[in-house]
Amino acid sequence: MTESSFEDIPGTTLFDGRMSRIGYHLNMFCMSLIKVENRAAFKADEASYLDRFSLTADQRRAVLERRWNDMLDMGGNVYYLAKLAATDGLPVVHLSAGMANLSPEDYARMMIGGGRRIDGNRSKRG
Amino acid sequence: MARISAGVGTSHVPAIGVALDLGKSGEPYWQPIFAGYEPTKAWIAREKPDVIILVYNDHASSFSLEVIPTFAIGCAAEYPPADEGWGARAVPLVEGHPELAWHTAQSLILDKFDMTIVNKMDVDHGLTVPLSLIFGQVESWPCRVVPLAVNVIQYPPPTGHRCYSLGKAIRRAVESFEDELNVVILGTGGLSHQLQGTRAGLINPDWDKAFLDGLTRDPDGLARIPHIDYVREAGSEGIEMVMWLIMRGALDAKVDELYRFYHVPASSTAVGHIVLANRGDRV
Repeated sequence: MTESSFEDIPGTTLFDGRMSRIGYHLNMFCMSLIKVENRAAFKADEASYLDRFSLTADQRRAVLERRWNDMLDMGGNVYYLAKLAATDGLPVVHLSAGMANLSPEDYARMMIGGGRRIDGNRSKRG
Repeated sequence: MARISAGVGTSHVPAIGVALDLGKSGEPYWQPIFAGYEPTKAWIAREKPDVIILVYNDHASSFSLEVIPTFAIGCAAEYPPADEGWGARAVPLVEGHPELAWHTAQSLILDKFDMTIVNKMDVDHGLTVPLSLIFGQVESWPCRVVPLAVNVIQYPPPTGHRCYSLGKAIRRAVESFEDELNVVILGTGGLSHQLQGTRAGLINPDWDKAFLDGLTRDPDGLARIPHIDYVREAGSEGIEMVMWLIMRGALDAKVDELYRFYHVPASSTAVGHIVLANRGDRV
């Protein structure tokens, strides 16, 4: 088994060493938001607060525009990104809905209906 | 000597804690979930464990990418609830059992499990939601807790087999502790769920049921499941289920399944719960 075999799983980013390296500063920015004073400072002036962290220009833009899947692609981990969502007053489920390209209402309906089915979602090969 | 009388598996969905804390447990969405734990609440009130060894994962609360311990054991006297980004849960301080924890840490390390020893940490929903589910809303937790945190966020987490073996070593550690203690071990996390990516919302009830069946009847078989099967079949966050194998490893080869509960959904997650009792002679 190699890590590349995980790439066959659709719609799923494995948070492996490569993603962790790419996303380190992005995730540590999110981590800083577990402190109430940091949440206040970020909310007061998002751009200046982000200056404290060595984000790439693309990561920085994705944060400011709350593009969740782009943050995921740039090494963001969902448990860290959840701190950013929480700072916006949003639960993790909102983040998951956004990543699934569904409205929170449609996502909630899908979950109440039993969630996304596994059939057809095991492999990119179908 | 101390002995492990039973093991409990349970999901630790953060939204369950939020629902309870905000007084929403009677709402139609949440009521079936809390009702599903009532038999366990009655059972544990009779069982009266002195200590719970609580296997869980920290979700970027006390540990971050700065330091990522694969297996960490809490040896502190107490653990405050963590602020996870929306304020700390208003639940009681978690009291540790430093004597048993240090004994267990020492025993595990000499048994070739290289544990990280933690003397200061806040505990997040991974630890406090299971306590809330089995004890309800209380002024103080009715027993002491030894937290055992497992990395399941940064790939690779420990293998299921390694977790199962650690459980067996935990049992050896507990049974070599001289004080009379009734210990219950909790394995938490799962069941199937995926919080991220375009496949978010994945639920696989057939996998979950097979996993619960295997816990009771074929834990050796479960311990052979590779990571990719968890991720593919149970979702990227479903890999938390390896932590249940630590709980299972600490029990007898043959156990009695006292109770099982399964419900979809809580937020994005399939809630799974099982109570397994050792058959050994009870004091």
